[in-house]
Amino acid sequence: MRIGVFVCHCGSNIAGTVDCKAAAESALALPDVVYATDLMYTCAEPGQAAIEQAIHDYNLTGVVVASCSPRMHEPTFRRTVERAGLNRYMFEMANIREHVSWIGKDMVANTNKACELIGMAVAKLRNNRPLYAQRFDITKSVLVIGGGVAGIQAALDCADGGIPVILVEKEPTIGGKMAKLDKTFPTVDCSACILGPKMVDVAQHPNITLYACSEVDDITGYVGNFDVKIRRKATYVDWSKCTGCGTCTEKCPSKKVPDRFNENMGLTTAINIPFPQAIPKRASINPQYCRKLTTGKCGICAKVCPTKAIDYTMKDEIITVKVGSVIAATGYDLMDWTVYQEYGGGKYPDVITSLQYERLLNASGPTGGHIVRPSDGKEPKKVVFIQCVGSRDKSIGRPLCSGFCCMYTAKQAVLTKDHIPDSQSYVFYMDIRAVGKLYDEFTRRAIEEYGTEYIRGRVSKIYPDGNGQYVVCGVDTLLGQRIEVTCDLVVLAVGIEASHGASHLAEKLRISYDQYGFFLEGHPKLRPVETNTAGVFLAGVCQGTKDIPSSVAQGSAAAAKVLALFSRDKLENDPQIAHVNPARCVACGKCIRCCPFGAIKEETFRGQLKAKVIDTVCQGCGICTSTCPQGAIQLSHATDNEILAEVNLLCQY
Amino acid sequence: MQDSPLNIVRGRDVSFIKEVEAESGQNVSNCYQCGNCTAGCPAAFTYDMQANQVMRAVQLGLKDQVLHSKSIWMCLSCSTCSLRCPNNIDVASVMETLRHMARRENIVAVPRMDKFWMSFLNTVQAFGRSFEIGTMVLYMLRSLRLTTDVDLAPSALSKGKLGFKPHVIPDGGAKAVGRIFKRYQERAKREGVRP
Repeated sequence: MRIGVFVCHCGSNIAGTVDCKAAAESALALPDVVYATDLMYTCAEPGQAAIEQAIHDYNLTGVVVASCSPRMHEPTFRRTVERAGLNRYMFEMANIREHVSWIGKDMVANTNKACELIGMAVAKLRNNRPLYAQRFDITKSVLVIGGGVAGIQAALDCADGGIPVILVEKEPTIGGKMAKLDKTFPTVDCSACILGPKMVDVAQHPNITLYACSEVDDITGYVGNFDVKIRRKATYVDWSKCTGCGTCTEKCPSKKVPDRFNENMGLTTAINIPFPQAIPKRASINPQYCRKLTTGKCGICAKVCPTKAIDYTMKDEIITVKVGSVIAATGYDLMDWTVYQEYGGGKYPDVITSLQYERLLNASGPTGGHIVRPSDGKEPKKVVFIQCVGSRDKSIGRPLCSGFCCMYTAKQAVLTKDHIPDSQSYVFYMDIRAVGKLYDEFTRRAIEEYGTEYIRGRVSKIYPDGNGQYVVCGVDTLLGQRIEVTCDLVVLAVGIEASHGASHLAEKLRISYDQYGFFLEGHPKLRPVETNTAGVFLAGVCQGTKDIPSSVAQGSAAAAKVLALFSRDKLENDPQIAHVNPARCVACGKCIRCCPFGAIKEETFRGQLKAKVIDTVCQGCGICTSTCPQGAIQLSHATDNEILAEVNLLCQY
Repeated sequence: MQDSPLNIVRGRDVSFIKEVEAESGQNVSNCYQCGNCTAGCPAAFTYDMQANQVMRAVQLGLKDQVLHSKSIWMCLSCSTCSLRCPNNIDVASVMETLRHMARRENIVAVPRMDKFWMSFLNTVQAFGRSFEIGTMVLYMLRSLRLTTDVDLAPSALSKGKLGFKPHVIPDGGAKAVGRIFKRYQERAKREGVRP
């Protein structure tokens, strides 16, 4: 074997604390190394050209580059050696930047460690074998989980790109949180008016299949070939017959059902359509409150339904679909703010969440767009908004900023003045975070033109004053004085958390999530849409707090990723996967049980049971290879021999 | 610090905010409390409420607190605050407005400062221009601070900064200035405010 070693200076990043020239010279003493040199920037074009030239000039059959972490540039150099005619796996990388130069200042010690890392890379490379990827067919369709604005945008963009889309929404209607909003900041345009047409597009697009009232039960498979089980929950209404006429909702006698769509600010009927612009505009029955389903006596909706769509015997239905890619757009939920006992812990009827206030402002909400106090139905004249309820509060384990509360609070203060001109709004804030386009201008307008009183400080407590009003106790930290506001209504800007159940979905999708349930992106800056599972992409707040424009942008970005993936007819797998040596396998089955991807199955080989790795499912994690008591499973490109060669090099002294 | 929290619904004086805005020509809600006025104020060390806190108190309509503050009297009217305000608020003009309002309400939180100004204005009224020694003597007598700053006198005298005779303005200028004062005092009497 003829190996070439290239030691990178990375400007002064490595050369500052490692003697690169000496490291290259020492590499010449290693077995099979026929050429070694140091380069200023190996990843730059001249550096790569030097590698290619050396491969030709010295007939190299393997290349070691000692530079940075392989995370960024291993693919770069693999392409380089491939261009020069080598197999891309006849290349090894020694990380002498993150693991050496950046973490130590002692030039001699650093150079020694760099030499040893280069030695390890050479030792492994001597055991490497060329590997070849396999090509496999893909299903060109995409599953979008979540029908909020991010999911809608992703679905529409994929569908417009000619990809069949399956959109799954757990609620009876798509639209998500945006459908509940009255107006949107900073333009104060009607939320339903801008979202409605997109929702209709979803319903009418020939490439989109919408499953509302449905959840993803199970996902197996791998990029290009996912098998998805979707649970269509029983709605007790045959949606193929229902026309959304609403007769059933008028006649339903069970009228005291908490209205989930209206954030429990009003009551609805046991059979209902969430809101006038719902997509699909179909009725569904809430089995908890339906008299027919609870007591067996009623059946009025079935009698009045002109299309005979009511079916009290309906059961959940599981359907199976094949898709090539998945976009998760599961959005968010509000945290449980009742942990704040100082704000009444939910005891005071006139202390409500901002999302509930949104429903009060909304013309299709429970009050027809009139702001009233839930307790007595009177119009409030003094409204206090409290920001950062459940955000930026380490004491309840939520240090994150929810991102958009500052803006919607300003918007709600503006709308309050529009609805009730003689009202006065007070906003208790810690900082005003208005970083988007035209955002800061909007908050200033709320203060300067609409006379909203912004008070910098947290609220310590809210208590009823006995005369039907509430006293909000806080501080003006700018003035350095304790402040009280007597008000009629308190609106809490409650912090967000990942959608309830997001962590279960993450486990099904085999993607990571953080301690707040938000899905983890591939790279916080450079791969914000991808996940670490190939073929699974993220859109919207499920990845982290975002406002509407950012959610829409990420929805489109996820669609672009899917379209790029599907621009090829076949995909290549990564050949760094496990292989079973049937001669050694004793069919103990330990590997099958430990594989997190279900990539190993039993099969009969020459009359005997043996383990077999499914090439396209294996992710190359290596758990099976370290579990196998016989050493029968080897992970290509990280075989026992390759790893032992590295260890031997280190332990020879 | 005050004993009990201030109720800004009941305790605020909304008309006070409007008055200050009308008289100073400034929109106080433009202030976003960056603190640049306080940071640059050369008299800040003498203030009981810093300049930004005065602005904040005006925003909240805390009339009593502002008009009783010493800061509005200690302000030098140097306008550094106005120059540096990112929102182009003339903070010095707000301070001056507050001073006028306090005088009208007979609130003088720093009487000595009032005496100094009256001494200065009296000499201007009498001579048409400032008369340093006259101002000094009047202020010393009124404030009973007979030795204040006398250590500065020798150097001021040697540089000709303290003339023993008032400046003479040609063409009856002194009388013309005196008439301005008279007109103002008559108007003050007519409108029933403190001269």
